Parts: sequence; structure tokens; C-alpha cells
Amino acid sequence: MTLRTKLLATTSAVLIATTGALYADGHATHPDTGETLASDQSFTYRVGDESPSIDPGLVEDVDGADVVRDLFEGLYNQDAAGNLIPGVALSHTVSDDGLVYTFTLRDTAKWSNGDPVTAGDFVYAWQRAASPELASPYSWYIDLMSIENGADVIAGDMPTSELGVTAIDDTTLEVRLTQPLPYFAQMVTHGTTFPVHQATIEEHGSDWVLPENMVSNGAYVLTEFVPQERLVRERNPMYWDNENTILDKVTKLVITDENVALTRYLAGELDWTDVPAGQFPRLSAEFPDQAVSVPQACSYYYMFNLRDGAPEELQDPNVRKALSLAVDRDIIVNNVLAGGQKAAYTFTHWATAGFETPNIPMADMTQADRNAMAQELLAEAGYGSDNPLSIDLVYNTNESHKSVAIAISQMWKQTLGVETTLANQEWQTFLEARSNGDFDVARGGWCADYNEASTFLDLMDSGSGYNDSKYNNPEVDALLAAAKTADNPQANYDRVEEFIAQDTPIIPIYHYAAVDMFADNLEGWPTENFEQNWYSKDLYKIAE
Amino acid sequence: MLSFIVRRLAVAIPTLLILVVLSFILMYAAPGGPFNSERPLPPEVLANIEAKYGLDQPFWKQIVNYVVSVVTQFDFGPSFQYKDRTVNDVIAQGFPVTLTYGFWSFVVAVTIGVSLGVAAAIKQNTWIDYFAVGVSIGAQVLPNFVMAPILLLVFTLWLGWLPGGGWNGGQWQFLIMPVIALSTSYMASIARITRSSMLEVLNTNFIRTAQAKGLPMRRVIWRHAMKPTILPVLSYLGPAFVGMITGSVIIDVFFSTGGIGQFFVNSAFNRDYSVIMGITILVGTLTILFNLVVDILYAWIDPKIRY
Repeated sequence: MTLRTKLLATTSAVLIATTGALYADGHATHPDTGETLASDQSFTYRVGDESPSIDPGLVEDVDGADVVRDLFEGLYNQDAAGNLIPGVALSHTVSDDGLVYTFTLRDTAKWSNGDPVTAGDFVYAWQRAASPELASPYSWYIDLMSIENGADVIAGDMPTSELGVTAIDDTTLEVRLTQPLPYFAQMVTHGTTFPVHQATIEEHGSDWVLPENMVSNGAYVLTEFVPQERLVRERNPMYWDNENTILDKVTKLVITDENVALTRYLAGELDWTDVPAGQFPRLSAEFPDQAVSVPQACSYYYMFNLRDGAPEELQDPNVRKALSLAVDRDIIVNNVLAGGQKAAYTFTHWATAGFETPNIPMADMTQADRNAMAQELLAEAGYGSDNPLSIDLVYNTNESHKSVAIAISQMWKQTLGVETTLANQEWQTFLEARSNGDFDVARGGWCADYNEASTFLDLMDSGSGYNDSKYNNPEVDALLAAAKTADNPQANYDRVEEFIAQDTPIIPIYHYAAVDMFADNLEGWPTENFEQNWYSKDLYKIAE
Repeated sequence: MLSFIVRRLAVAIPTLLILVVLSFILMYAAPGGPFNSERPLPPEVLANIEAKYGLDQPFWKQIVNYVVSVVTQFDFGPSFQYKDRTVNDVIAQGFPVTLTYGFWSFVVAVTIGVSLGVAAAIKQNTWIDYFAVGVSIGAQVLPNFVMAPILLLVFTLWLGWLPGGGWNGGQWQFLIMPVIALSTSYMASIARITRSSMLEVLNTNFIRTAQAKGLPMRRVIWRHAMKPTILPVLSYLGPAFVGMITGSVIIDVFFSTGGIGQFFVNSAFNRDYSVIMGITILVGTLTILFNLVVDILYAWIDPKIRY
């Protein structure tokens, strides 16, 4: 150890010790806001199910990604509003053709065992995530990022070393793309792109994620992990920004039943839990400071089956439009769900970044006018009291979906005399029926992969694997393709939404809201972050 | 007796094999698969995953490979859902939890159930009897999915005495509510079976003889009446014990214990084939084992039974 490194080590040890003491005595204040901090800086929250994995290369669900963002740190993080802020990378440059990204990494980033975090760690992690050996269900993300040779590496046609990512030196990472991707930098906030510690993985195999083995580079380290029960993470003294991290301990509890979770929240065992469907009005009246509803990047809709061989009557756009008009969205959001959701007349969520909700005529009409128009359209199509329309509606088993389905079938019955047969199916059965086209009308819900309208509208592309209606409109396909390279794609998105309103392959019903209870003294929650990417290092508890 | 045990164990092996094959077929017959999701995976990604888990091989080969690795290496394979874990990990973590609260529930159910049943029978048609019958009917009509939220409401939210769930390595505070919720209905059944069995025994000639020769009542009950009384209870206890130690989804869901019941149900929903199989084999083996134990106890308690 040279004198310089020794000095550095001693200084940082002293710093850690003093900041630790500062927070422990209960009189510490927040460095930016000056609020007095609570002496107990532990945060406990609920999830509904265990995550399939907390390995950055394999992580596939939201709850798992929340854990991965605490344990590991990628090139960039997001701030409370969702803007990019430096993580391991300090900055990047883009080549003139938009195909080469060069990231400059900070030299102070360390793994929890003291090793430096280098560009090579990113190269290893990305190659690993794409490798057929790991067989990650999220390997397609590497391809989605348009990294050179990504698809071939995933398919096993090229060795992982051919992936377009190179460590120029320890602090310089070069990424080569196959096409310019305006939102590429946004994509490196996702867990799949986070570095992993090669020596640890090679030593322990898949057991490297156990608390006793894991080496990570995030603000927290894993200290306890009992699947289906709890996962505990505590501050990482090696983290480069540890002195500005306030929460000491974060505990994730798996509590399947949301009502049980609410009871435990009210008993003071949890700092954050979801509000069960329909309970928001009561809870927000009783606990106005704790019940919070914010837009959530998902849209709820019903899809029509437009395949050959599907029921003839639903192939008539006027019939579909009549059914859409007759759905009183305000009753669904205000009376059935009552959690701050918003009535939807477009597929794209209203709060999506850069998206201006276009003028859809239906949105400005009164429900009485919509009903009148619906009756007219259906009569023109030849259906009425003498020849009633009958429809099968299928949804996956869930109380909230059931309430919505019952309400909508009543609206169709009362306004249009339509006979609806409701059927609920267990999730896997439902998915299979939907992708095989074994339905008339089916429930759908879609959540954004990234904060841009194409994440929704691409589902309307005839070639999309997620287009379960099998909606096929060449004009829509062309508009979506052109939007990818357009400087301002809003006009294209407007046109696609107009086509959706006109052709009605789907009925947009509502835009989701996340309805949560947060403990009074918990601060720093990024309610402005539409993707709900939160980092424990930004949260803190104030003294009460 | 020894040849009886050997014979029963010999039958157990083909029984388990049939169980394995049937479960395997039923599981594959269910729609969907472990890697289906709302966002279908690109074909090349799915191909990688199927190759990794051996799902690209013919069905018969999958069964054979599975049985061979279970029998020769005691390896139940990786979990398809929890990608960082093997089935052995899942069972090693969940089963001790379930075993712990299941065992204590069993102890509580048997102790209180038998005591209530005996007391009710001896003091038939007195307030003791009415009380015992009342308690057991009350416990019977309060199934654990009603009991669990009531317990939570009272002890966690209102009184704040007990943690609302979790396991925390099995500390006693975390055990109380699961044990109460799981044991009550078993306790009620045991009490009712014990009571009617004891009443029947008390009316038999050999008890009358024992009383006639002047033995004190306590001695009559313990020395003479208890053994025959317990026989029907015993045939109930075998399956009940297996039921308790192999987990209750309700208990796991309401008290977030991390027990095996939760894994079992989730694996069915997720089509996590290897976990379904692993737990099915575990439960099947335990059921066969404890039925055998009950049969052996029969012979030990009842001299009329010989194998």
C-alpha cells in the first residue's frame, strides 16, 4: 500500500465513521433540505410475490428491478423526475453518425469487496446477459438496445466476444450500435445493463446471488434473503457516494394478500404498501397525508379478435365503435376503481413523456351523445332488439377485472341490448387463449417498457408479437415505422391514435394510477418519475 | 411385523413412480408453460431457455431424465420460476418453516382436542360437555381463512401484541398466530372424534367390569378406556399430521411465513414444472410414510390387530 492510497483509505474510513455517527444521534439534518432526520433510518415495504431473480442479467420483473437498482449501479441513474444523472459513468459522447457511444466512468466506483468497478465489468455483464448459456429471459433487451451483433450473439450464431461493447481502458467504455437510437442513454438505467463481478460469478455459479457470496457495486449490499419471506439490504460502505446515502437498511417483505399488507401497514410494520382496489376514497379521507395516487405507465383496454374465422359481427368497425362508445369510462374510473385512474380514449397513457393527447372526437362528447351515436351505429349495422348482438368477454381471474367486466357488460346491455357472456380464466390459460385467438373480446393491460409513446403504439403494428387482436392496417404500420426516425414523431402518433379511434381494434378504457400508502415520515419518493424507478439511496426518514 | 413394513415400502416405490408420471402428464396437459408471459419471448430467446432447462427434448425423454436424476442424485433440478434457485433450495428453505409451525399446530391440536373430547365424554351432558362441544363446533365453523384475518386484526392491529406475519428465523412471536389458525379446526375434529369414541368405549362391557371390580374412575379411563378410544383418532391423525407439516397455503399467504404451501400453489400458477414435481414427491412420500407409521401404531396399541 502506497502512502497515498493509505491516506485515502484512512480518510474515507474516518469519513464513514463520522457520517455514521452523525446519522445515529438523531439530530442529523438532510444535507439539501435541512430537515431533521429520524434516528431510525430503516425502510420496510411490501411486494406481492417473490421475484424470479435478483441477478442483473436475469432480472425480469419490477420488484426485482427495484432490488437490483439498490444492489448494483449502472452507467446512469435517474433523479426524482426521471432525468439521467451520473451513476458509474460521469458522461458520454456520441459519434456524429449516432452509432458509437463512449462512456467515461468514474475511477472512484468500487465493488463491495474493494475491487474497482471497471469498463471491463460492463463488457463482461453485457456479454453474459446476451449469452445463450445464461439464457436470460431479458436477453432480448440487448437486442432492443440495437447493440452491434446483439441478435446473432443471442441466437448463438456468434461468440459473445463479438458483441459491440469494448473496454478501451478501465474507465472508458465504447458501445457500437447498428442504428442510431435517440433514447439509448435512457436504456442504460435498466438492470440488464448493470455490471456484475466476474470473479464472484465464476467462483460460485448461480449461488453468487446468496448474501454470503454476493459482491455488488450499488449503494446497498445484500445481507439477508429468504425467498417468499424477506430480503434485506444494508448500506455499502464501499459505495462511492455512501456519505450522502441516508437510509441504513431496506427490507422487502413478501406479503401476498394486499389486505393483510394494509393491516400490517396500519399496525406500523410497513412504510409502504399498495392500496387494495376500491379502498382509496376511504383511506385518503382517513389518512390524507399517506394515501397517494400517481399516474402509472400502463393502459387498460379490451381487444377485439380481428382474425379470419373470428365472429363475423365484430369484423364490422361500426359495431366495434358502437361498443367502445357505450362504455362509460367515467363510471369505471370514478365508481368502480376510485383510485385516481383516468378515463382513456387513447391507447397511449396521457402522462407519457413528450406525448400530447390528440383530439379524439369521442372524448369531447357527453355520454348521452356517445350512447345515441352507439345506438345509431349498431342499428345501421343491423343489430337491434329483434336481432341482438351477443358477445363472449374473457378476462383473467381477478376481482378488479371482474368488477370492470360486469360494469361494462351492463352498459352494453342497457345502451345497446347486447348480451355479454363473461368468462374468467386462470392467467396461463388466458394468455394461451388470447395469443391463439380463442376469444371474441378479451381484456388487455399494457405497461410501458420505456417512457415514449411508441412503447404503447407499437402494439398496433401488424407485425408485433404483442398484437393479439391481429389488427392490420398498412397505414398504421407505415406511420409507426416513420416515427422511429422522425425528429418529431408526435404527428404520426396522433394519426395512429385517430386510426385506433376510427377502426377500434381495441377499446381503451382507463390509464392506470399507482395507489399507495406511504409512512408520514418517509421523504424523497420520486412521485414525478413516471416509470416509478426509485432508489433507496434517495429516500430518507424525517424525525416526527 | 418386519415383513409387513418391508412389503409396504416395496409397494410405496411403484406408487410414487405412478404419482410422478401422472403428475408429469397432468402438468404438461395444462395450458401455458413456464416461460409464457404477457410479452411472448422472441423465438431465439425462448430456444435458449428451453435448451437450458431440457424442455427441447421429447416428452418421454424428459420424464426419464427427471426420474433418473431424482433417483440417482436426489436432484430435483433447477426451479423454472426462481432462476437463482434449485428445487432442492426451495424445499430446503420452505419445508423447515412449514414443519415447524405444522409440528406445533399438531401438538396443540392433539393436546387440546383430546383433552376436550375426553372431558366432554366423561362429564357427558354437564356444562363441561356443553362447553367442550360448543368450543369444538365454534372452532370447526371458523375455517383458517376466517380465523387468520381475525387474529391479525385483534393481535396485530388492535392490541399490537404480535407481528402481523413473517418468519424471522422462527422466533416464537412469529409462530403464535400461524399455530392458532392452523390448529383450531384440526383440534375441533379431534375433540369430536375423541368424545364419540370415548362415549362408545365407556358403554362397553369391559369398562363396566373394570368399574364393577371397584377401580377408581381415573384408573379406568387411563388404563382401560384410553387405548381403544384413541384408535379412531389415530386414523385421523396420520393424514392430518401430513396435512399440517406439508403446509397450508392459507397460513403461508396470510402470515407470509415463506413456507412450502405458498411455493406449491405459486408453482402451479407459474407452471414451474420442477417445483410442482419436487413438492408433489415430497408430499406423496410423507403421506405414504405416515400412513405406514399409523398402521404400525395401530398394531402396537390394539392387540387384536396383527399384520
